[in-house]
Amino acid sequence: MKELDIEALTDNLDQVLSFVDEQLEAADCSMKIQMQIDLAVEEIFVNIAHYAYNPETGPATVRVEVKPDGSVVTITFIDHGIPYDPLAKEDPDVTLGSKDRSIGGLGIFLVKKTMDDIHYEYINGSNILTIQKKL
Amino acid sequence: MTINQKSEGKKLTLQIEGRIDTKTAPELEACIHESLAGVEELVIDLAETVYISSAGLRVLLIAQKQMNKQGEMAVINVNDDLMEIFEVTGFSDILTII
Repeated sequence: MKELDIEALTDNLDQVLSFVDEQLEAADCSMKIQMQIDLAVEEIFVNIAHYAYNPETGPATVRVEVKPDGSVVTITFIDHGIPYDPLAKEDPDVTLGSKDRSIGGLGIFLVKKTMDDIHYEYINGSNILTIQKKL
Repeated sequence: MTINQKSEGKKLTLQIEGRIDTKTAPELEACIHESLAGVEELVIDLAETVYISSAGLRVLLIAQKQMNKQGEMAVINVNDDLMEIFEVTGFSDILTII
């Protein structure tokens, strides 16, 4: 298991992605799955950077755990900001045409669609969001 | 991300190289705002695009909404990974993908 403690800032996204990609490459993850995981990591980390401590900033922890047999990766995001369950939000209507589609609101929906499992908990003042993907 | 612009009369082609993510999408949005005046045919070439996040999708939707008012927009050279993201989000129905 590897862990990165980092300030929740959009500017730190590259550092978070490099950290995650390093673990995925060590696990011989395919490019396609790596892209999907990067997408999920971006959406979640940017959400934390924008909302968790708004208008202040604060710390976040990103934890990456690959199962010893290399079959599954689990990534956990922890922040100590305002309680926020991103999974509680209703999914956007993806059948609407461009005229009726609102701009934005797709981030967490994409995470839900591309990951195998996603789980949220609020424990002792911390938001804990966990995603899982089969490698 | 690098944006290569090619203008031929009322047709504008934007060839996007690299990643369209939270950090680079604002640059693409600014480029679209600045260059769409008088354009009736917008072509977005994603042959060299390796990644798109929701921030990038948002900009494509802004471009599509603008082009609905003034002409047509087509997205070309979409690879399988990007196509999957377009399909999951319903963008494959919104955009004209050639």
